[in-house]
Amino acid sequence: MARTRYGTDRGLSARMAGTMFGLGLLYVILAAVLISFGVNAVFVLVISGGMLFAQWWFSDSMAMAAMRAVVVTPEQAPQLHALVDRICAMADMEKPRVGIADSEVPNAFATGRSPKRSVIVVTTGLLKRLDQEELEGVLAHELSHVAHRDVTVMTVASFTAIVAGFMARSVMWNSMGRNRDQNTAVMFLVITLVSVVVYFLSYVLMRALSRYRELGADRGAALLTGRPSALARALQKISGEMAAIPTRDLRQMEPVSSFAFAPAFAGKGGGFSLESIMSTHPSLEKRLEQLARIQAELGER
Amino acid sequence: MGLFDAVLGRKKAVGPNLDALFALPNAAISLQVSLDMLPTGRGSVAFRAPEGRAFADVQDEVRRLLDADGGPPVEVATDEFGFTWIVVATDPVDVPTAVTDVHAVNTALVEAGFGPQLLCSLVSFRDPDDEPFALVYLFKRGTFFPFAPRAGEQRDNVLELRVRDLLTRELPLEPDVSRWFAVWGAPGL
Repeated sequence: MARTRYGTDRGLSARMAGTMFGLGLLYVILAAVLISFGVNAVFVLVISGGMLFAQWWFSDSMAMAAMRAVVVTPEQAPQLHALVDRICAMADMEKPRVGIADSEVPNAFATGRSPKRSVIVVTTGLLKRLDQEELEGVLAHELSHVAHRDVTVMTVASFTAIVAGFMARSVMWNSMGRNRDQNTAVMFLVITLVSVVVYFLSYVLMRALSRYRELGADRGAALLTGRPSALARALQKISGEMAAIPTRDLRQMEPVSSFAFAPAFAGKGGGFSLESIMSTHPSLEKRLEQLARIQAELGER
Repeated sequence: MGLFDAVLGRKKAVGPNLDALFALPNAAISLQVSLDMLPTGRGSVAFRAPEGRAFADVQDEVRRLLDADGGPPVEVATDEFGFTWIVVATDPVDVPTAVTDVHAVNTALVEAGFGPQLLCSLVSFRDPDDEPFALVYLFKRGTFFPFAPRAGEQRDNVLELRVRDLLTRELPLEPDVSRWFAVWGAPGL
């Protein structure tokens, strides 16, 4: 048996599973509250489920339209297509459509309800700033999202939040125009409160899940291309922190160095900040840290 | 890919399937008999050289191994996409030996745990007009596809489809033509 260098990251899988369990639990609690108060639960579920389904079904065309991206043929962008071809051949996956969005902001995204219907889009700003190896890393990251079916997973995960949000509104409509006795008022209050709390919690959990999926895609891309450092460079370029790195000699800055170093180290040490639980992407440090770890694993003899 | 992998956001790295390579010598004879295509006796393996010492060591070992048999020396080239190609040549032209060498390169990489890094292998031919032609092997799918490059990054699709029809019974050919990606100017072509 040949050895493999592609072990799965058990910690990451466990955190992801934990987050999903939390989301599922919230969903059950919400459903129980709805049923016990006799709200027309089926109606709420059908409407919010339908909205979500449409969002998922049309995810590719909606995202393309929002970004003003156009699908390009191999003749229009031979280099880009050749890169995608090679990554797909190595990963043995179906080649998605390839699009370009005319935007100076360096970015890329992948969307679509299934690998067959997926499209990966890069902006012109990204094409300008990255060299080929870095671009390949970014494309592999997006293709990993496609392979991991992240659009579907995140859609399912956001169901609870949508139901809760819709709940709060429909309770409001229902209670209007009816004679309000004591009971209705209490019910109105409780359901609204539960909905708001559930909405907030599922929002935070969703964000956590999204960050884990990003780390998963980084990992997939690094292992597939065998160049974690290229992806790391691309991340640094895109995140715009390159500009923040001083070019001046450290000795010249001696008098203020203790001051200048502070921002670079802030946020380290596992602090629990609002920013860290609300963002969809893991911090650059976390992502670079993971890539450095993979790089070490790949180099092991 | 299973539901479980989708839920946990991971994808199993796909290892290569090497056995189909040995059907190549027979296919080469068919090409020669039916389409008058001459093998060049050269073959090449393309892979993504990962960062780090481990891979460099394997690569050196492969070179030493292949150069030990006294044939033309092995060439190593890097293409514009950052893939490394190991080109094996035979003199006089000997397709089975070229295929065995290609297989040896693949096996060495797989043994060292770099199977998922393999992109493709190819064995090249010349058609009667002395234009290049290659049978490209996709490791991950265990299938072949024909590649007939012409000047100006054009492909002779008619020839490629004829080859497919000719070889359907001898080689596992890639049924999905959208996966027949081009390898312009591939070393060993």
